[in-house]
Amino acid sequence: MKSSVITFPGSNCDRDMDVALTKFGFKNKMVWHNDQELPKSDLIVLPGGFSYGDYLRCGSMASKSKIMHSVINFAKSGGLVMGICNGFQILVESGLVPGVLLRNKYLQFICKNVHVKVDNKENTFFKNLDKKVLEFHIAHNEGNYFCTNDQLKEIEDNNQIAIYYCDQNGNTNDQVNPNGSIKNIAGVFNKEKNVLAMMPHPERMIDESLSGEDGSIFFKNLLNNIK
Amino acid sequence: MKVSAVITLKKDVLDPQGKVIHETLDGMGFNSVNEVRQGKYFEIDVKENDPKKAKDLVEDMCKKLLANLVIENYKIIETQ
Repeated sequence: MKSSVITFPGSNCDRDMDVALTKFGFKNKMVWHNDQELPKSDLIVLPGGFSYGDYLRCGSMASKSKIMHSVINFAKSGGLVMGICNGFQILVESGLVPGVLLRNKYLQFICKNVHVKVDNKENTFFKNLDKKVLEFHIAHNEGNYFCTNDQLKEIEDNNQIAIYYCDQNGNTNDQVNPNGSIKNIAGVFNKEKNVLAMMPHPERMIDESLSGEDGSIFFKNLLNNIK
Repeated sequence: MKVSAVITLKKDVLDPQGKVIHETLDGMGFNSVNEVRQGKYFEIDVKENDPKKAKDLVEDMCKKLLANLVIENYKIIETQ
């Protein structure tokens, strides 16, 4: 299976993502933001980082870069696209997923492990996943998911909420909401569920001795689903 | 021609920075503040001499890049 990771000026999780995808069997290529064409890919990943120094709004500049025309066309024709952290911000700014990411409620950069509840398994990203609660890592300043009431109703009606911040047993409440996101939302899909955008970093949880392996579970399952 | 645009958060959107600024002003003795909302200001010099066309151009920029209309409003405040 082939994947491509887009590198924007200021991306800093692109190589971690490359390591993770390669470790679990993807043939990965790195693609520069100024390129116009995507290599043939089964999965496109927009990685974490601080593209364009987070100027104007996080992800806003990157969403207008040359390669994004191809990424948007790829997504609109049903291709799998995953945006992590800054990648989530780029996806909302490009209009591929609904909503927006505001500054964290308590104005602090958050860097810690969190648990997320996988709510919707009827999609390529989470289908056949054994676990309901995964431990991932978050590191962000603007992860406070917000959308209008109409959008919230729409994404709930269409089952577009992918993951929620929760405790280790899967309970969602304010105590385990790290950044003030509406309804503890940590990740969303587009309507067709071929675009996944989430704040947590699965690529940081792929080593038994360093981090725990819930990211490994996620990537292995994803590869099997794409095959 | 110079055109200015002000981008502000919509009414229902939480503005934690504005809130902290408000609290700091309170702490400094400015007790008469009801609310503070932080926004962004742009001064754009466009290659256009017709005021209407210049405004329209900046409005288009606001819609497509400068503002995120899910959470922000824009206002073109002056031309000169």
